[in-house]
Amino acid sequence: MAKRKLRIMVAKPGLDGHDRGARVLARCFRDAGYETIYTGCHQTPEEIAAAAIQEDIDCLGLSCMSGAHRYLFPETVKQVLALGGEDIQIIGGGIIPKADYQMLYDAGLKGVFVPGIALDDIVKWIEENIVPNVSE
Amino acid sequence: MYFTKELLEKTSTMRQKWEDEVKKAVAKHADLKEDWSTVSSLPINRLYGPEDIKDMNFEEDIAYPGQFPYVRGNQVSGYRGRHWTYRMFSGFGTAKDTNTRWHELLAAGQTGLSTAFDFPTLMGYDTDDPKARGECGKCGVAIDTLEDFMVLVEGIPMDKITTSMTINPPATILWAMYCAAAEIKGVPLNKIGGTIQNDMLKEFIAQKTLMCPPEPSVKLISDTVEFGTKHVPRWNTISISGYHIREAGSTAVQELAFTLRDGMEYVEDVLKRKGLDVDEFAPRLSFFFNAHIDFFEEIAKMRAARRIWAKAMRDRYKAKDERSWWMRFHTQTAGCSLTAQQPYNNVVRTATEALSAVLGGTQSLHTNSLDEVWCLPTDFAVQIALRTQQIIAEETGVINTIDPLAGSYFVEALTNEMEEQAWDYIHKIDEMGGMVAAIDKGFPQMELADAAYKYQRQVDANEKIMVGVNKYVIEEDEDIPLLDIEDRIEREQIGRLNEVKRKRDGKAAKKSLDDIKDACKTGENVMPYCIEAVKNLCSVQEICDVYREVFGEFRDPAMY
Repeated sequence: MAKRKLRIMVAKPGLDGHDRGARVLARCFRDAGYETIYTGCHQTPEEIAAAAIQEDIDCLGLSCMSGAHRYLFPETVKQVLALGGEDIQIIGGGIIPKADYQMLYDAGLKGVFVPGIALDDIVKWIEENIVPNVSE
Repeated sequence: MYFTKELLEKTSTMRQKWEDEVKKAVAKHADLKEDWSTVSSLPINRLYGPEDIKDMNFEEDIAYPGQFPYVRGNQVSGYRGRHWTYRMFSGFGTAKDTNTRWHELLAAGQTGLSTAFDFPTLMGYDTDDPKARGECGKCGVAIDTLEDFMVLVEGIPMDKITTSMTINPPATILWAMYCAAAEIKGVPLNKIGGTIQNDMLKEFIAQKTLMCPPEPSVKLISDTVEFGTKHVPRWNTISISGYHIREAGSTAVQELAFTLRDGMEYVEDVLKRKGLDVDEFAPRLSFFFNAHIDFFEEIAKMRAARRIWAKAMRDRYKAKDERSWWMRFHTQTAGCSLTAQQPYNNVVRTATEALSAVLGGTQSLHTNSLDEVWCLPTDFAVQIALRTQQIIAEETGVINTIDPLAGSYFVEALTNEMEEQAWDYIHKIDEMGGMVAAIDKGFPQMELADAAYKYQRQVDANEKIMVGVNKYVIEEDEDIPLLDIEDRIEREQIGRLNEVKRKRDGKAAKKSLDDIKDACKTGENVMPYCIEAVKNLCSVQEICDVYREVFGEFRDPAMY
């Protein structure tokens, strides 16, 4: 079975429209050679989970700047798992105080990325931590 | 001609001599880096001289304050008679929380109010909608009905204090609440003053607070312009905003060009749809710019903005009233220039940016607090930010004289260059058929995406420096104190909303919503119906649902 290209989805749960980071990352992942899907703003956790399953992704990157990550990130993980997406690795980023990291890891996020991290460092982390699901 | 031919001949020789000396000096001691450009990557020369502004015409291009093209300011007396308005953007938690903060700010010397709403309110959802979960009161104040709004303005003298409201898709509704609150408090509509942001074009371009498609969105905006012109003459019904365009990653020139072209789009729509004379409404159009970290680029941008608008209003739209030619604007320092790392450094960034806004001639200013990269600001951080403005106004002496940088070879040359580049964009958008057409094509959105990506790569490659992020980095273990918005606020707000819906006259509320629906279908002005509806305690979402039903819902096309 040949290793396939990594499929990654960048998603913005909630009502926050600050999408500069999400769009920059989507372009960065595309340039890194990943099959990249960007959902656009204002998605519900349910919509993101359904899209993640349908697109058969390996990694889901959530972005939130509004402070609602404490609800939205765990809820999205829950919805992805409810649809049988155990293989999807979920990471998150945005304006996230250090005090919230642990609750996000506990909720099932594999990585948390905040402003100041270089794009190439995020790609490096993905290379080291995300293994593409094998093709069928 | 700004200089005589004889002088320019002399300076040409002198310049050549200087350039030769520079070559020798640089050969001996190389420059620190190759690229010298603004934060927007606009190349800057080592030196500017008379030859760089030789084609300027003093009478046409510069003149004096209060004289066309107003590059030196609209007001003849500058800041001596009146400082800019200290207008700190605030709002968090419940209406009661925000009302308390407002009274504190007024007591501390703030001279105008500015409201931040939470995301559900901004997007036209009530706190009890499933889409609103987790967001209540987080990024601003939660307002569902007029009852909340009355608490928000409790004890605020609405005939004396002007209030700005950052609200876009539901602008008609929140403005209707302000009007209704004034009436209830016995203040006539012609006595209230303030601003609603009400600029949907920049939402499609940058900020993505979306509800209905561009066309009907612009129609609702024209309704407010018409209503304001006839009934609320002291109100600025649109704050045409470059701030968010810049925050979303644009260059300074793109901010300038897209914002002014947005303004032209609104002027054209009101002329076409409402049949008003341009001088009836243009004096109440206001603008909102970003003050980013590149000091002179920002000053040049603001000076160029006044000149472009004056020319456009006089020559493109044939406005005759001088007040229509004036560009009046609010400024906010750049949130995106602040860093989460070593956050106390943000005080210095904000002070520098605020100074550029003052030298650029702003009418009103918000200075960001040092902790705003993390959350809504704490009281302590807000006080430093407000004091920053007061120190600039009252200690530094920069307001002693008007437009002190006029005549600087560099500032005038940069002002000219930014104006020229902005007109290129404006003409390009004209050729596309206007801003709505350009947005449909994704043009401004993709220009921003390109610029944002390029800048991030420059920061990652240390070509653009952010102190504490890619240079002078230190290990930090402690977080600064943050303002925490408790999750219980959401439950309490939903409780209040249910209570209002239970006790209101259900029939009257339903009839108000039907009336708005009819007005939407016939094209009638929705404003009088909105005022009636909010008085009958219809909620923000109930009215927005009518808009979404009649005009359709617009979803982010997710371009990158």
